[in-house]
Amino acid sequence: MFSLKRKTYGERAFDFINILLMLFVCFATLYPIWYVLVNSLNEGTDAMRGGIYWWPRQFSFGNYKAVFDNSGIMTAMGVTIAKTLIGTITHVLFTAMVAYALSHKDLIGGRIYLLIGTMTLFFSGGLIPSFLLIRDLGLFDSFWVYIIPAMFSFFNLIIFMTFFREIPDALEEAAKIDGANDFVIFVKIVLPVSMPVLATIALFQGVFQWNDYFAGMIFINNPDLQPIQTYLYRIIAQSSSNQMAADAGIVNKTVTSQSIKLATMVITTMPIVAAYPFLQKYFVQGMMIGSVKG
Amino acid sequence: MESNSSIHAPSSFPKKRGNKLLRKLVNQRYLQAMALLGVAWMVIFNYIPIYGIIIAFKEFNIIKPISEAPWVGMDHFKAFLEDDNLKYVIRNTLGMSFLKLLIGFPLPILFALFLNEIRSIRFKRSIQTISYLPHFLSWVILGGIMTTWLADVGIINDVLLWLHIINEPIVFLAEPSYFWGLAIISDIWKELGWSAIIYLAAIAGISPELYEAATIDGAGRFQKMFYLTLPSIKGTISILFILAVSGVLNSNFDQIMVLKNQLNESTSNVIDVYVYQVGLQQARYSYSTAVGLIKSIIALILLLTANFVSKRLNNTSLF
Repeated sequence: MFSLKRKTYGERAFDFINILLMLFVCFATLYPIWYVLVNSLNEGTDAMRGGIYWWPRQFSFGNYKAVFDNSGIMTAMGVTIAKTLIGTITHVLFTAMVAYALSHKDLIGGRIYLLIGTMTLFFSGGLIPSFLLIRDLGLFDSFWVYIIPAMFSFFNLIIFMTFFREIPDALEEAAKIDGANDFVIFVKIVLPVSMPVLATIALFQGVFQWNDYFAGMIFINNPDLQPIQTYLYRIIAQSSSNQMAADAGIVNKTVTSQSIKLATMVITTMPIVAAYPFLQKYFVQGMMIGSVKG
Repeated sequence: MESNSSIHAPSSFPKKRGNKLLRKLVNQRYLQAMALLGVAWMVIFNYIPIYGIIIAFKEFNIIKPISEAPWVGMDHFKAFLEDDNLKYVIRNTLGMSFLKLLIGFPLPILFALFLNEIRSIRFKRSIQTISYLPHFLSWVILGGIMTTWLADVGIINDVLLWLHIINEPIVFLAEPSYFWGLAIISDIWKELGWSAIIYLAAIAGISPELYEAATIDGAGRFQKMFYLTLPSIKGTISILFILAVSGVLNSNFDQIMVLKNQLNESTSNVIDVYVYQVGLQQARYSYSTAVGLIKSIIALILLLTANFVSKRLNNTSLF
């Protein structure tokens, strides 16, 4: 083995350049985030001068303190946390429940139900008809607009169904003999043995709920029901135009708003980055299931 | 035996079968309830909006229900052809999609090929993990990162000034000429690692014996990469290419929403965002539904065409 793999000069050069290339990709991925982090940890007025690349020049937690003192941001954070938790749990349980029923090959009408679902993968009403539906359902300016329209996904149903069909029938049959009905079997037998797939879908849905700004933008007028991403979207869209206006000499730049924005961005990103190393194996797993199916 | 079956079978068979179905249905009542809840959700949230597309052929007014809106036939589709805004909107959509296809499509393949040549498994895994972190950040956050980078005191202007490429800071997002480039680079930054996962999985499925045989035949690293690895993942590449081609009319809505502003409007606005602006901000519901419908139909045609061509050329297709 060893003698076969004796490296030539060219091989070594290749490996060396390849490693450099990969390190560059890593750097290019992480540095933009680092740049925001160190700028957010710098005093706002000083950061305005620019030139903070590797480490804060005037280290300060002031921006973070300002964020935590800002009741608007904290309310938006609360909305995001609530919608992520409730939205993820309801999505996973509801989609899994329907998937469990459809995973029974002898279900009467099962083929028709699956056809109804498959059609939704190819056709959709688009933005305006969906918007009108939400309005007609009275979900406007309601917290439930984050939850109910995002409670189900046929694509995820297929992933669940594939998994459920692998569960040995003996497990369910034993419970059936004990007199349990199908719903009880689903809750007490099927869910506990399906943790890997539940975690995978929960993660993707969780990330979606955490990151979504659009529902909060078009369906919500009440600022107390606005999630943090919508809040940030408004600030970023506004301040980017303010900034340009300022450069054109129209409006005065407010430096603290920029540094508060950075701190809010870091806080908003933190949960994803913190959870990331622990959960990345599920991401890959999910991508694999998705790619096999899709 | 014979008489027995001839007496019973004709009269009782259908009834028995009906009973059996009914009994099965009763047995399945919990499962049926669980399934029907999902079907009900789909009818409401998927099928009612599909029905709602008919407002593209009507003059819908927000005050009255859809059924009471008067029919106008193809009027909105005619208006579509005369809409001058659409010219630049379509040009931007296609232009950015084409550049993304040209640059953004091959890069993850190259990245996967080179990452696969890394010998240390731990190093390879770490690179991979880091490379798809940006995929999980929202475009809102990325938009915030970009406005910080591109600010007049941001790092990009600092570097360009330092290198004497420019003499005064550029306000990148206010300049229409930079928008396409920024959109493509940020898209690559966000999705490079994530898009590579699927190729890496395909590469992992290649039999090691092929590599041993190639080594014995004296193939070098580059030769193995381009004559063995690359052809082995041709199927995966074709399928993703079909999807990419059929998606040329889909721009990255969130990305454009975050990076777009009045100053770069002429190069940043795309069909999806235009539908949103015209439909929800100007409340021209019927017209923007018509624009969306035309887009969906063209996208479907593109998908079928790309699928057909790929089937003919290299025997791989989606369906």
